[in-house]
Amino acid sequence: MTLPGFPDAAPLAGLAGGVMIGLAAAIMLLGAGRIAGVSGIAARAFGLADSSMPRIAAWAFVIGLPLGTLVATSLTEAPAPGFATPATLAIAGLVVGIGTRLGSGCTSGHGVCGMSRLSQRSLVAVATFMATGFATVAAMNALGLEVLP
Amino acid sequence: MMRRIIVPLAAGTIFGAGLTIGGMTNPARVRGFLDLFGDWDPTLAFVMGGAVMVMALAWMVQRRMRRPVFAEGFSLPDRNDLTPRLVGGSALFGIGWGFAGLCPGPGFAALAIAPASAAIFVAAMLAGMLAVRLMEGHG
Repeated sequence: MTLPGFPDAAPLAGLAGGVMIGLAAAIMLLGAGRIAGVSGIAARAFGLADSSMPRIAAWAFVIGLPLGTLVATSLTEAPAPGFATPATLAIAGLVVGIGTRLGSGCTSGHGVCGMSRLSQRSLVAVATFMATGFATVAAMNALGLEVLP
Repeated sequence: MMRRIIVPLAAGTIFGAGLTIGGMTNPARVRGFLDLFGDWDPTLAFVMGGAVMVMALAWMVQRRMRRPVFAEGFSLPDRNDLTPRLVGGSALFGIGWGFAGLCPGPGFAALAIAPASAAIFVAAMLAGMLAVRLMEGHG
């Protein structure tokens, strides 16, 4: 199925993937009593954040992410996506790491888990990172900066 | 011991599969969504919408539970204060997200697709997290 006006969009695959992400976050919440926020859990796994979450549990979640992707890619025949150059990835990663720690969360913690409980902090965080995300891509396009192959 | 690992491992695995099925391990999809004023790709809105719908139901269930199924109690954020740190950090995160089209979840998940590229992103992200920790005076 395609979306009228957006021939490249994949709304059904997006919705299916989103429901799975929601289920995963629900398992963390109702099973372990915790927020499935990737930046916070990753920081905990690598000893970069104080949290009551057992480090072994944080590691289990983080290792699950590529494991799930491995399963998903082995079941589909989608072409491998392109990634930015090492220098771009390094700068982007550094900024994402600093930003998510200062902002206490990312697209999963604030976006999926926080917005769905109408957390005031998460709603402000999401509005902010969406706005700067839009502005960053718009500015890069205006400058003719292409980062993806 | 086992249940401490099984629950987060299952959640992480389903999360990672969902990210890939939803197209979020493809930086072009993510940057397409952030290209609001250009060739906009709304797919990410469907991903976020699907995830938020399911989690909104989960929060309704959570309110009726005394404790989680496999843990002694809930450990949930309870802060409600809006701080410059929250806004500034989120603003920085959005810039990095738009720059390469990756956020933390897809960064780790992409280790299964493009290990070299994803490892650079993840290592730099952890360095950024370490920088914040050091600035705050922790070891």
